[in-house]
Amino acid sequence: METIKILGTDDTPTVILDADNDIFEISGRSLPEDVTAFYDPILNWLDEYAASPNAKTVFTFKLVYFNTASSKLLLDILMKLEEMHEDGKDILVKWYYPEDDEDMQEAGEEYADIVDVPFEQVSYTLS
Amino acid sequence: MDKRNVKGFLEFVYDFYKSMKAHEITLVYEGEITHQITKAFTSLTESNMAKEEESNSVQKKVFHVMVECLQNISKHADSFGSDDFLFAGRGIFMVSKGEVEYHVTTGNVIENSKIDELINILDHINTLDKDGLKELYKTQMREGRLSEKGGAGLGFIDIARKTGRKLDYHFLPIDEETHFFILTSTIARTE
Repeated sequence: METIKILGTDDTPTVILDADNDIFEISGRSLPEDVTAFYDPILNWLDEYAASPNAKTVFTFKLVYFNTASSKLLLDILMKLEEMHEDGKDILVKWYYPEDDEDMQEAGEEYADIVDVPFEQVSYTLS
Repeated sequence: MDKRNVKGFLEFVYDFYKSMKAHEITLVYEGEITHQITKAFTSLTESNMAKEEESNSVQKKVFHVMVECLQNISKHADSFGSDDFLFAGRGIFMVSKGEVEYHVTTGNVIENSKIDELINILDHINTLDKDGLKELYKTQMREGRLSEKGGAGLGFIDIARKTGRKLDYHFLPIDEETHFFILTSTIARTE
């Protein structure tokens, strides 16, 4: 499968979707000018990946900020992972939040409530 | 400009300056709100707040509210079905900073026919407490559709959640077809 590697900017996140090396990660800030255009390739990639996924998929979210339009697209990604989980695939979502960021922690809790997928919250210290 | 006009203009500039000072306005803009403008204003305010050692949590709240307010205008300010209309995606945007709180104020023209629907949304949000807002956000995220312009109908809910206050809004009549919609969001500088 093709690898997606998008380097983050001040308004778009870093995205790495690399099945060969088992890296599935979205990190940084997300307030793209056109959320649909930014996230569509990612959602399409996941559709393709879902057909023949790795033995285990650990998907990492390590965002410091996302706007409300992005929040909807992040849910779309999580729902794709939920479908894979329902198909019996081994999926784990890791939601990283800065230790002093209650809002980001709460956002993770909310997603965990909405989607039925193994979900782990991980706090980290901003250096 | 003749001498009298020059004097009138200079007085206007000075009055404008004084009233900005009086209202503790740190940023004011009128015009089209684009993505570039949104980025410029948020990063300017971010660096100002960092310089003034505002707490992380306040900085994040102000940032969230600014982004959502600016995107509300860029996505919803009325275009009246015509792209070249004077008010398409335009509005006024202000940030003020007082001793105890920040205010983020937006103003834009809205067609009368859209006011009732907007009031319903705003008033509904204002009836909800913290948990109610959380549930509404989750429902809207799950069931809401992304509009053509990328709006998810989540901005107002997010503003209410981040500020922990009721949405403070007003409509001022402009003419028979339109009103001016003003929304002020307040972020406390203390926890």
